[in-house]
Amino acid sequence: MKEIFSIALGAILVNNFIFSQFLGICPFMGVSKKVDTAVGMGVAVTFVMGLASAFTWLANEFLLVPLKLEYMQTVAFILIIAALVQFVEMFLQKSLPALYTALGIYLPLITTNCAVLGVALLNVQNGYNFIESVVYGITGGLGFLLAIVLFASIRERTVFADPPKAFEGFPIALVTAGLMALAFMGFSGANVFG
Amino acid sequence: MNFGKQFKEGVITNNPVLVQLLGMCSTMAITTSIMNGLGMGVSVLIILTASNIAISAIRKIVPNKIRIAMYIVVVAGFVTCVDLLLQAFLPAIASSLGVFIPLIVVNCIILGRAESFASKESIGASAVDGICQGIGYTLVLLAMCIVRELLGAGTLAGVQIMPSGYQTIGVLTLPVGGFMVLGALIAAMQWALNRPKKAAKEEK
Repeated sequence: MKEIFSIALGAILVNNFIFSQFLGICPFMGVSKKVDTAVGMGVAVTFVMGLASAFTWLANEFLLVPLKLEYMQTVAFILIIAALVQFVEMFLQKSLPALYTALGIYLPLITTNCAVLGVALLNVQNGYNFIESVVYGITGGLGFLLAIVLFASIRERTVFADPPKAFEGFPIALVTAGLMALAFMGFSGANVFG
Repeated sequence: MNFGKQFKEGVITNNPVLVQLLGMCSTMAITTSIMNGLGMGVSVLIILTASNIAISAIRKIVPNKIRIAMYIVVVAGFVTCVDLLLQAFLPAIASSLGVFIPLIVVNCIILGRAESFASKESIGASAVDGICQGIGYTLVLLAMCIVRELLGAGTLAGVQIMPSGYQTIGVLTLPVGGFMVLGALIAAMQWALNRPKKAAKEEK
């Protein structure tokens, strides 16, 4: 239990995917102009990251390792993720149309979100077992959700600010994100479970 | 299609990182030392050129609906090659870049160029585009590495450059530094690109 908790806490706060591992910056920057869309993206990413961790772990353990095809991990994982996103999209469209319309436009974007492939590769690198992988996937997604929602709320306000001309738009957003990363560094000392 | 024009686009006016704002994850994550930056930049340059050529070669036989999936598989193949080569011949760089080498698969620059350039243009032009965009990306990485390593640690490629009394700005080597330096670079680029236009307007 202790292990699981420290993985979860680490993924959400200490080693936040955005602010300390630089995974998933593209959607983080692209889809953070409004809080509603940021929440949608964050939830979709969390969902897919959890699923992807589970499936890539199973594929790695029962297909790639027995067949000695570990060097095909990158290709196999990206195919699994792409297929998974497609299935999730079809499934939601059929059975949960309300959720589908809410998440719809974000789902195809998730295939190329490096946080998803990143979590699959990190699970293998860290040698996590099945439960730990899934926990790491879901909590990593929650960390992403937390980061993108906080960031979107700040950006909604900085729209009205008046930065120097050259910093307008993207650069000021990056500086904002940098300050948030600085704030998140405050968690790096947090080691509740020894 | 001439080389000079494409080169200028790739490096300055349509730079993949500073103007198209693609591939930022790797740009910020690995630019803490100049060797990392060089390794990553050259890897991306090779993969981008190879995938541009391959995608341009198959552009007429790929069904439109599944083109993205096919591009990803092509790119993943090249990334795996480069990953294995790095692990075999440059293990130090491979281990310091870590997970970011396989993550080149989902680097938006490569898919972006495949979709917006290689899927429409001839093989030759696509190859040149890959090289130019790759050089543009590498130059940005090197610029960030130099700022972050020189000011953040006082070294370049591990060699002490700054005088011994130099007080290092440690924050630059942390994630924060990545965001800040990239923000400042993009701001500088916006300033530089907007300047000539203003001057031209004033002349009128």
